[in-house]
Amino acid sequence: MVSLGIDAGSTTIKIIGIDKNKKIVFEKIENTEPDIDKQVKRLLKNIKISEIKIVVTGYGSNLIKFATKKVTEITCHATGAFYYFKKGGTLIDIGGQDSKVVIISDNGKVLDFTMNDKCAAGTGRFLENIAWRLKIPVERMGDIALNSEKEVNISSTCAVFAESEVISMLARGEELEAVIKGLHRALVKRIGAMANSLNIFPPLILSGGVSKNKAIQRMLKEELGFNILIPENPQIIGAYGAAILGIDRI
Amino acid sequence: MSLFEYILNYKIFGATYFKLQKIKEQIFFKYPKSWNTDIFAPPLKIGSYTKELISSHYLEGRFVKGVKPVAWVTSGAPVEILKALGFYILYPENHGALCGAKKVAVDLCVEAEKRGYSIDICSYSRTDFGSIFSGKTPVGKLPKPDLLLTCSNICQTVLYWYQVLSHYFKVPLLIIDTPFLYEKAKDYEIEYVKKQLEDSIPICEKVAKKNLNFKKLKKVVKLSKEATELWFEIIKTAKNKPSPISVFDQFIHMAPIVEMRGEEKTVKFYNILLNELKDRISNGIGAVKNEKKRVLWDNLPIWYKIKFFSEFLAENGVAVVASTYTNAWGELCSLIDPDRPIESVSKTYLHPILNRSTKDKLYTIFNMIDEFSIDGVILHSDRSCKPYSIGQIDQRKKFIEKKQIPAILIESDHNDSRAFSDEQIKNRLLTLIEMME
Ligand code: SF4
Repeated sequence: MVSLGIDAGSTTIKIIGIDKNKKIVFEKIENTEPDIDKQVKRLLKNIKISEIKIVVTGYGSNLIKFATKKVTEITCHATGAFYYFKKGGTLIDIGGQDSKVVIISDNGKVLDFTMNDKCAAGTGRFLENIAWRLKIPVERMGDIALNSEKEVNISSTCAVFAESEVISMLARGEELEAVIKGLHRALVKRIGAMANSLNIFPPLILSGGVSKNKAIQRMLKEELGFNILIPENPQIIGAYGAAILGIDRI
Repeated sequence: MSLFEYILNYKIFGATYFKLQKIKEQIFFKYPKSWNTDIFAPPLKIGSYTKELISSHYLEGRFVKGVKPVAWVTSGAPVEILKALGFYILYPENHGALCGAKKVAVDLCVEAEKRGYSIDICSYSRTDFGSIFSGKTPVGKLPKPDLLLTCSNICQTVLYWYQVLSHYFKVPLLIIDTPFLYEKAKDYEIEYVKKQLEDSIPICEKVAKKNLNFKKLKKVVKLSKEATELWFEIIKTAKNKPSPISVFDQFIHMAPIVEMRGEEKTVKFYNILLNELKDRISNGIGAVKNEKKRVLWDNLPIWYKIKFFSEFLAENGVAVVASTYTNAWGELCSLIDPDRPIESVSKTYLHPILNRSTKDKLYTIFNMIDEFSIDGVILHSDRSCKPYSIGQIDQRKKFIEKKQIPAILIESDHNDSRAFSDEQIKNRLLTLIEMME
C-alpha cells in the first residue's frame, strides 16, 4: 500500500488504501464517532502509517492530525470517480447530510460544482428522518417505493415540514408505499434542480450512501435522462479519490 | 444642541483630537493587532487618515442638530443639492456597514425583528430600525433627520424603508424615481429624473432655510467628479501585478467616496491614497505578499467577515483585486459634468449597476475579468440584497463557459451573520483555489 485516503464525513468515515497501480487494497467504513482522530488511529492500528501518504477530506478532516495533506471533497470525489470509471461526466453524490453535483472534464478536472450543505432537504437525512418516524429500516425505503404503482405528491421541500405532511397524509388514509414513493420523488426533484443549475452532460455517476437506493437510481435516470454509472461501493469514491491524490496530482 | 457646543466639541476638541491622533499614528506607526506580516504587505498608511475622516464625520453628527440641517439619504441618492445647501448628511447604509464590521448588527436586527420587521428584509434596514428603536449605535448617537431622501436606483427596499423613517420621524420624504435601464438611458428618462430633482429644490431650500446657490452647486458637482475619478483610478491600480491594493482594503477606504462626495477633504484624501499606491507600484509591493491568483468579488462585502476572507485567501496566495461593488463608485465618473450640474447628475444617478440590466452587469464583469487578469470569481449571493443577487446563477455559468475560469457562489448576508456558515464557505473557497491551480 502506498497511499491512504480518508473521507471523514459527518455520518460515516471511509478509509481506502491503494497500491502503486491505484488498486484498492484496504477498505474500512464505519459510522463517524465523536473522536475522529482516535477512531482513525484505531482503524489503522495494524498499518505503518509513517511510510504511507495520507490524504484526508470531508468535514472531520481537520481533526485528523497526522495527515500528509487535506483536499476538498469536490476534488476528491471528482478524482475518485474519474479514476474509477476512466471518464468524465456528471457526478451526483448524495450523502447523509449533504449532496453535491460535480462536473468532471474528460481529463479528470473539476469544471464546475454545486453543493447543498445548509439544508437537509436533498440529502439522505430527508429519507432517514421519515424512515425513523415510520419505523422502517432506511435500507428498505427504496424497495418499498419501487413496489408501489401509485405515487403521492409531496409538496414540502423542507425535511421538517415533509415529515408532518407525511403524517397527515397517512392519517388521511393514503397508502404508505405511495407516500414513500412520493418522498423519493421529492428528493430527486430537489437534486435534479441542483444539477440543472450547471451545464451537465452524460454519463451520470452516482456516489454516496443514498445512491445505493434503487428507487433513487431509477428516478434520477428518469429526471435527468442520462445513463447511470454506479461504483460497486458508492460510498468510497471520495476516499478513493483522496488516496489517488496522495500519489498523483491531476 | 447649540452652536457653541458644536464649535467646542466638534470643531475645536474633536477635530483637533482626531488630527493629533492621526499624526501620532503616522509618526509612531504600529501594525494593527494580529496583522499577519507573512501574508500581507504592511497596512496602508492612509488608514489613520480614514479613521480620522470617519470618526470626525460621526462626531460632527453628535453635535450638529440645530446647527446644520440634517438629511438621511440612501447610498445611491443624488446628494449634490443637499451638499450645496449645507446639509449634514447621514447614510444609514454606511452606518449599517459600520455596525456590521463592529459585529453589533445582529443585535440591532433582533431589535427590529422584535418589533415585527421580517427577517427577510434587507439587514441594512433592520440594522437601521434596530438602532433607531433601541438608541444603540457604536458611534455614540445619530442626529435625527430634518429631511429624508431616497432613490429607487438601488432597490425597492429603500422606498419602504424611508417611508417607515418618515412616519417615525415625521419629517418630509423626497423620493427620486429612476426608471430601470434595460439599455442606455433615453433622453426622456433623463428629463424625468431632472424634473424631479428640480422639483425637490424648493423643499430642500425650505428645510435648509436658505436658497440654493448655483455656483456652489457647480463646485460641489466638480468635487464629486474629482473624487469619483480619483477613486476610479485607485481601483484601477489593482491591474498591476502584484496588486498594490486588495478589494478588502477598498471596502474599508471607500467610506469617504460614499458619504463625503462633493467635499474638498475627500479629493485630498484620495490624492494621498493614490500616491501611496503609486509608490507601492514602483517598489513592486503587493497587498498580498505571495500573489499567485487573482480573484473578482461580486456583490456587497460580508462586513463582519472581512478579516476572515482576506486572511484565508491571502494564506493561499489569492489576492482579491476587483469587485463590482467598489467599481460602482467610480465607473460613472465620466458622466458627471459640473457645467450642467442637474442634468448630468440626473444621468449619473440613473446608471448605477443595480439600475442596469443583468446583461449589462454581465458585460461589466466580463470587461473586468480581462482588464484585471482575473483567474476566478467569487459571487456572494446576498440574502438581503435581492437586486444584486438576481442573475448570479446564470452569470456564474457564463464566466465558466465564455471566460473559462472557475466561479463559485457563496450564500450569506452582508450584515446578518446568522446567514453565514464558516465550514461550508471555507469548503467552497478551498475548492475554488484547487480549481484555479
Ligand atoms: S436591498 Fe441591497 S441595495 Fe437595497 S438597501 Fe439593502 S443592500 Fe442596499
